[in-house]
Amino acid sequence: MSEFLQHLVNMLVLGGTYALLGIGLTLIFGIMNVVNFTHGVLYTFGAYVMFMVVQQLGLNFFLALPVAVLAGWLLGAAIELTLLRPLRGSDIDTTMLVMIGAWIAMQSGTLWIWGGVAKAVATPFPEAPLVLGPVSVSWLRLFVLIAAALLILVTYLLINRTSLGRAMRATFQDHDTASLMGVNVDMIYTSTFAIGSSLAAAAGALLGPVYVIFPQMGDLAAVKAFAIVILGGLGNITGAVIGGFILALAEELGAGYVSSGYRDAMGFLIIIAVLIFRPTGLFARAERVG
Amino acid sequence: MTRALGLVSTITLAVALAGAAAQAQTIKIGVNEPLTGAFAASGTYVVNGAKIAADEINAKGGILGKKIELVIEDNKSNPTEAAAVAEKLITSDKVPVLMGAWGSSLTLAVMPKLMEYETPMVVETSSSGKITTTGNPFIFRISPPSAIEAAAFKGIVDKLALKKVDFLVINNDWGRGTAEDFSKMMKEKGIAVGLVETMDQGAQDMSAQLSKIKGSDSETVIVTTAVDQLTLIFKQAAALGLKKRIITTGGSQNPDQIIAQAGAAANGTMHLTTFLPWFPEKTPNPEATNYFVSEWKKRGFDFAGCTESFRGYDGIRTVVAAIEKAGKAEPAAIKAAFWDIKVKGLNGDIVFRKSGPEGKESGQSQPNVYLIEINDGKIEMKTL
Repeated sequence: MSEFLQHLVNMLVLGGTYALLGIGLTLIFGIMNVVNFTHGVLYTFGAYVMFMVVQQLGLNFFLALPVAVLAGWLLGAAIELTLLRPLRGSDIDTTMLVMIGAWIAMQSGTLWIWGGVAKAVATPFPEAPLVLGPVSVSWLRLFVLIAAALLILVTYLLINRTSLGRAMRATFQDHDTASLMGVNVDMIYTSTFAIGSSLAAAAGALLGPVYVIFPQMGDLAAVKAFAIVILGGLGNITGAVIGGFILALAEELGAGYVSSGYRDAMGFLIIIAVLIFRPTGLFARAERVG
Repeated sequence: MTRALGLVSTITLAVALAGAAAQAQTIKIGVNEPLTGAFAASGTYVVNGAKIAADEINAKGGILGKKIELVIEDNKSNPTEAAAVAEKLITSDKVPVLMGAWGSSLTLAVMPKLMEYETPMVVETSSSGKITTTGNPFIFRISPPSAIEAAAFKGIVDKLALKKVDFLVINNDWGRGTAEDFSKMMKEKGIAVGLVETMDQGAQDMSAQLSKIKGSDSETVIVTTAVDQLTLIFKQAAALGLKKRIITTGGSQNPDQIIAQAGAAANGTMHLTTFLPWFPEKTPNPEATNYFVSEWKKRGFDFAGCTESFRGYDGIRTVVAAIEKAGKAEPAAIKAAFWDIKVKGLNGDIVFRKSGPEGKESGQSQPNVYLIEINDGKIEMKTL
């Protein structure tokens, strides 16, 4: 029983970060309809900004987090302006190829700047864990969970409660009508991509100090993010959050009670099941076709 | 302008020719190591150790009247890449001999290429038994296979009063091979084997596996993986309040890095290692060990890497001894010469004995294995 409780606690801390990865991608992949292969690199980028600010510049850990989010926002905006804007209206294959190119170029860039050997970031949290009866959790991971929850809440409010969010939803539902209603469509494209990117960087900045940082760390994260988005339904923020927790639960219980060798396969087994039985995702609303 | 252009091209041509001439004066040795990916830290240490050996040899005038040149390629911790890199080194760089490829799965992927191009390779780190038992006569291994590690460990299990052990191993030929060889030895000794948990080589979160181990009734966990994953395991085990004794195998632990990164959680942990940079006087070759450790420090490398990098140093010196014995830098002659050399390695004499099916034996040297314990952030040697 205590082992099961520990698995549940692990699921919560893991699920929070999966959800964060998922909502960033669901904005870009789900709402903008761009198959964003740079999501994983932006995650890696956020982690390296954290490393740079904390370890190389010697600044405060908590100050480094907003710096990483801002850096992710700027890099995302730059990708949209230089690569996606000229390609707007071209077919999905072209965009996809360009994004694959950007992914490889950026990953090689991180390798070039920081080298292939993994880096660690020191944190101000105590080493001894928080022990609550039979379960224990590190303070750092508890902080990550709370920070992720806050970021998810802010994103949700931004999309659903602000005029920017309304303009975003309108633009990707009907680009021409939104434009006729006075929405600055170009600005919306750039800011949506930038917000999604900054969420990926935030996830990397939060998880980098938990794990170790290396140039390929984003690859597995990106694959999981796509899994979460498909699970939750494209463009569905609540779906991505729940999808993140479902993936974490499947991995924890799969590794705990089935076989740890197949831990990373669990998520994909779920996706295969979802694609067969509910191809629009677990939480997709009925949609007008045509 | 035309004259300037002409001058530039003449100079370029001259430089290119000089470069080509200089190249013909060197003997190339291919180095196939993971410099990116899951084993980047370990592979980089091995390469830096190899460079110390090459510089030392070249400073003394090289061999056969030529300098040696390391052609270093990154196998990205990926077996497919490791095989491709071996092919590139042999066919395009024309190296007559290789050293590599760190991980067992990486080395196993390279082995068919060695057969195809009939080029020998010194295996400096890999520990899967399969490497020297499948009948590949181009393999010469200086690291201990996991069965040798298990045999060395056998002597101390009574003293440690082991009753039941769990395993947490990397999910590849190295980890699974270790779990197999150690389980066999444990069962012979009447020690119960509980859980055998695995983790992907790129996995960063082992909390699920560790939670499961925390709930089991064993008192000891044997952990096999490289340093980056080990430090994560120590941190995550501490966060979960896992109180079992941890013993690591494989010789890629860099114990000083574990002390630095895991802090108090490292106390009481034991590590099977193949080099003793902390106690040069207890190594088989103290003078060489002192030289190597001081050279390593002089170059500004992290002392923690010594337990890994010495293998690159020994590996290159083994290759060079064979080339010298062969009298020429040709694959067939070097392969034959490996059987006749005796190198004073940092971890004992390197002499190859036959291993594997008759007629196509691989070479296996018998290195020493040591057990160390971390106490109060300091490394102590246990007698095996």
